[in-house]
Amino acid sequence: MGDPFSFPFDLALLTKRKKLRRSLLEQDIDFIDKRIAILGGSTTHDIRDALELFLLRHGIRAEFYESEYAQYWQDAMFPNAALEAFRPDIIYIHTGIRNIPRWPGLADGPEAVEALLNETCAHFETMWRRLEAAYGCPIIQNNFEYPYWRLQGNREASDIHGRVNFVTRLNLLFADWARSHGNFYINDINYLSAYYGLSRWSDPFYWHMYKYALALPAVPYLAHSVANIIKSVYGRNKKAFALDLDNTLWGGIVGDDGAENLEIGQETPVGQAYSEFQEYLKAHKQLGVILNIVSKNEAENALSGLRRPDMTLKEDDFIMIKANWEPKSQNLADIAHTLSLTPDSFVFVDDNPAEREIIRQQVRGAAVPEIGDKPENYIAAIDRMGYFEVTALSSDDAARTEMYRQNAARSRAETAFSDYGEYLRSLDMEAEIAPFAPMYCSRIAQLTNKSNQFNLTTRRCTQAEIEAMAGDKRYITLYGKLRDKFGDNGVVSVAAGEVIGGRLDIILWLMSCRVLKRDMEYAMMDELVRRARALGLESLRGYYYPTAKNGMVRDFYAAQGFQKLSEDADGNTVWELDIRRDLPKKNTVIKICGDKKETER
Amino acid sequence: MNRTEIFEKLTEVFRDVFDDETLTISDATTAGDIEDWDSLSHITLLSAAEDEFGVKFDMKAVHGLKNVGEMVNLIGRLV
Repeated sequence: MGDPFSFPFDLALLTKRKKLRRSLLEQDIDFIDKRIAILGGSTTHDIRDALELFLLRHGIRAEFYESEYAQYWQDAMFPNAALEAFRPDIIYIHTGIRNIPRWPGLADGPEAVEALLNETCAHFETMWRRLEAAYGCPIIQNNFEYPYWRLQGNREASDIHGRVNFVTRLNLLFADWARSHGNFYINDINYLSAYYGLSRWSDPFYWHMYKYALALPAVPYLAHSVANIIKSVYGRNKKAFALDLDNTLWGGIVGDDGAENLEIGQETPVGQAYSEFQEYLKAHKQLGVILNIVSKNEAENALSGLRRPDMTLKEDDFIMIKANWEPKSQNLADIAHTLSLTPDSFVFVDDNPAEREIIRQQVRGAAVPEIGDKPENYIAAIDRMGYFEVTALSSDDAARTEMYRQNAARSRAETAFSDYGEYLRSLDMEAEIAPFAPMYCSRIAQLTNKSNQFNLTTRRCTQAEIEAMAGDKRYITLYGKLRDKFGDNGVVSVAAGEVIGGRLDIILWLMSCRVLKRDMEYAMMDELVRRARALGLESLRGYYYPTAKNGMVRDFYAAQGFQKLSEDADGNTVWELDIRRDLPKKNTVIKICGDKKETER
Repeated sequence: MNRTEIFEKLTEVFRDVFDDETLTISDATTAGDIEDWDSLSHITLLSAAEDEFGVKFDMKAVHGLKNVGEMVNLIGRLV
């Protein structure tokens, strides 16, 4: 058995699932635990099993609630003690065209068809509203696959009575809902079934025998897709590419063949394939994915290749270019360290199977797609894995490459100053620190899920939870944005405390590693203290829960002047700061400006 | 492929699906003899057998299966 989690997915995912489950649970990683409710319009048993495996691969240990056969609507619509007690973190609604009760008849007038369309959509909308109100958690909803038979043939697509037309319009209505509602994600089985092959996907054998709305061998594909959405919601997407050069980004070996003889551009089919692959990679910058190079080459040869005018990817599309003869695992680790990313957030792309294997063995958790050695297959091999599945796109994402570039410029500037304080003052930093604002809630939720190192409580929050906290008077919430003369870092720090009697319990405190050692944490604390005092509170209480990754903030509260109250056997510590007397401000290098709207009020 | 060979391969399929390396099957084995063999694992079992032997069962044939012996006969007719 090869790797059953690589394409094409193996039925072993279902038939050997217990064995696979055991070995996945033995992975040496920090799992997060999530409760997932599957509300099905058809059999979901193997879907649950396969979903469990894919989620474990992403470090998510799931507990499941499964509705009784085809009870998705009843389970959602009516008081349901079992589901309420389960308190789902995510609800996945597995429905398809077998759940469309009525279809247009050829004799129906346009109004009747329109009414039926709205009625069918309303059946689902009512359910989504009720789920939102009752459970307030993210919802994942299948759209619809195309029917596997066509009464009128091709005309089914254009005629309003045609089922293909009906499904298309229904899917657009679902998409409208997804665009206008947060925490609602479409699982695109319309695309997935086309990718898989509709006739195999919809094999009626599985429906009539077992009431499966899709063929059993297609179940791993469905589960893979749903797991991608879930891991994206919980911030487990990959963040960066580490790319080989020779025969990966261009045809040929630049050191041997010379830059002028590389295959790239529109002159040859092979050159076109490499150009298209470069366009595909370049498009990822819009998602905030960072491009880097890890190549066994002389640096000047690598650059001479990149400087060819017909390269789609230019030198400055890359944040770090490592072209040397060191092991690639070492170069990848260096890049990760410089960018304050963990090595497991990289996708490593190399045409050489030996290099791929070394990275797989040496860099735990890094993704290494089996791209083969044919450039025309590279895009599909990477794309189908869903490494960068988008569930929320914040404006910060598109600007990320620029931010990392500014960081590189800052670290160059740093070396020019002898005194660190002098360097910090030279940055002309300005912070905006204010309560959670609607426009930042998606970024704030993203940060709670992504930040592992500078994170005191490692508490993961969905956007819905962040919004709930923002609107609740029992909480003091703060986001921090930091600008300096090199550029805007965007929202980089998040803190939240719950008022309990005369004290504030700090349940959330984290900061992006891109602004480490800038005194931003002091600016945040000054502001938290100010706001707590304004409410008449007497103390702040801080908590540190150690994980494999957050050792750097073990002494955070000591540095902030807190007294340690207790420490348990696991190293969990509790700290307190008396704020009854006026405390001197700890930040002296960042200029503070509040949220503008708030100041106006 | 003779019945003995089919039995050998099918035993492996059963062992995978029911996650029991010591499991043995005979002509007379039915769902009643294996604790985890319910209607849901039955689906997985049949699909695993299809995959292993490279065959595709039709509904009518699958529906009438009474015990492992009949499953072996069915596979024997298809391979």
